[in-house]
Amino acid sequence: MEKDIRVRQIIQKNISEKSRFADRIMPVFFFLMASVSVLTTFGIVATLTTDAVKFFQAVPLREVFSTRLSPLSATPSFGILPLINGTIFTSLIAMVVAVPMGLAAAIYLSQFATEKMRKVLKPVMEVLAGIPTIVYGFFAYSFVTPLLMRLLPGLGAKNVISPGIVMGIMIIPLVASLSEDAMNAVPNIMREGALGLGSTKLEVALKVVIPAAISGIMSSIVLAISRAIGETMIVTIASGSSKNFSFDITQSMQTMTGYIVEFTSGDAASGTTGYYSLYAVGLLLFAFTLLMNQMAHHISRKYREEY
Amino acid sequence: MNGTGTEFMKKKTLEGARIPKAASYKIEIDRDRITRRIRKSNWSQHLFSLSTVFALLVLGILLYRIGIQSVGWINWNFLTGKLSIFPEKAGIYGAILGSVWLMLIVVPVTLVLGVATAIYLEEYANKGRVQAFIKINISNLASVPSVIFGLLGLSVFGRMLNLGSSILAGGLTMSLLVLPIVVVASQEALKAVPGFLREASYAMGADKWTTIRKVVLPVALPGILTGSILALSRAIGETAPLVVLGIPTLILKFPQSVMDDFTVLPIQIYYWTLDTVLTPEYANLAAATILVLLFVLFVMNSAAIIIRNKFQKRF
Repeated sequence: MEKDIRVRQIIQKNISEKSRFADRIMPVFFFLMASVSVLTTFGIVATLTTDAVKFFQAVPLREVFSTRLSPLSATPSFGILPLINGTIFTSLIAMVVAVPMGLAAAIYLSQFATEKMRKVLKPVMEVLAGIPTIVYGFFAYSFVTPLLMRLLPGLGAKNVISPGIVMGIMIIPLVASLSEDAMNAVPNIMREGALGLGSTKLEVALKVVIPAAISGIMSSIVLAISRAIGETMIVTIASGSSKNFSFDITQSMQTMTGYIVEFTSGDAASGTTGYYSLYAVGLLLFAFTLLMNQMAHHISRKYREEY
Repeated sequence: MNGTGTEFMKKKTLEGARIPKAASYKIEIDRDRITRRIRKSNWSQHLFSLSTVFALLVLGILLYRIGIQSVGWINWNFLTGKLSIFPEKAGIYGAILGSVWLMLIVVPVTLVLGVATAIYLEEYANKGRVQAFIKINISNLASVPSVIFGLLGLSVFGRMLNLGSSILAGGLTMSLLVLPIVVVASQEALKAVPGFLREASYAMGADKWTTIRKVVLPVALPGILTGSILALSRAIGETAPLVVLGIPTLILKFPQSVMDDFTVLPIQIYYWTLDTVLTPEYANLAAATILVLLFVLFVMNSAAIIIRNKFQKRF
């Protein structure tokens, strides 16, 4: 009996006026904090569109979709095609490296590697993923480019191949870990069934596991493309700032991200068309990556095989 | 083989029974073909493992190159000296200070915003449209390229709030950039707190906020810290948004308050890398700075792993 009363007293004490007030006010506080992230998204969309609209008011659409980009010349021209071209080429080369390498790593880690190897290799992948992009940029410019110059005479000091390759290496862990997750989600019964019918490990990987995990693999590739499009420092450092519209990957090309960095670190006076052009390019970049991410979600949801 | 097969057939037909066609197929075991398939599988295993070895190799070369290039350049003067146009005299003390100042903004802002958002999503929000909307919003925000955050910072913090390229502007921009990482990590940590702890707390008459403050958060803390440290290591290495904000090339004065201009380690690496054409020794300075940056990241990640392994309770 004594004990019972004491518990009741404790409860009475706990429900004091002060704690009741805190209990009522905290949800509001948390909601306000949570709305900051929503505000950030609105902020991004709002700032990008308001200044991009000013850009499109000043520059006719025909000029925007031209191949001549020279924002600082006496007769400035804001053709966006050279930037899109540069972005496509760097991303394409990155994908040529990252997709086969990443998938091979994923197949190896999920199908072949022993537990011991996994314990060594997974952290290595994580370390690769955690290296700042500026370090990769330095690596591309000071090591990969000189190396490639020896193999390919005529390669410019700034070119598209070197940052493309290094960007691909940077993206390998992303493709590998997301694809591996997808492959690990394939139930073991299916593997064992195929092995029991006499398939080799390779046949199980190629004919059972990959088809079953294809939605996750595809969405990892789309996310990788989005990552390559948005990557900034590697391309800014190693691919340079040539605004020519060309298809020569041994020479410099500027990407959309590179343009934003070059133009802001120069003197982009607020209110000039050049300043607004940053936001137009930014809006395009934002739209591209958003689209890619929605696509990745859509793929992984729609084409997922449920077991 | 053949003979027995036909005999078998004859026997059956003689007896007048219908035999299924399949019975007439012969099962042939092609040992060569099986050997080929097994061999192919083994070879492909080596091929697949090569790609992971390639990743290992790249990491090795990268670290080796940076180590070689920075030999002799990392010394006391380099770590504590001011910037200089003479490579031999240049130091990165200003950049180190700048990175520390930046963290002084990013740590409290992301922790408060990130953990509060996670608590709202996991503990308070009804499973409805608002929660789904915020969650989608955060996953989208996580995939926005970092340059875009630079443009946001330039417009909102730099120009609208007139903070220019100060530590405060840079810190707030960086906070928004890494916010999704902290939110997701904290959400996972909160989800991992078992329900019976909450129920025990409610049974003692505690209200929701007291339960969260005294029961849920302490249990989730190691998970939250691990995620936050990883987010901070992203913020320390990030360059693009700060370049877009217009962090000046050469800062000779050390920052004194959050309103001062500043530079950070990655920015220093960026400018030295760009200028290697003019002064080849800048490549060594950049490599040495990279080594310092990687060391800092290594320490932070080790701390995160230690916290995860030591303090995380499993129920």
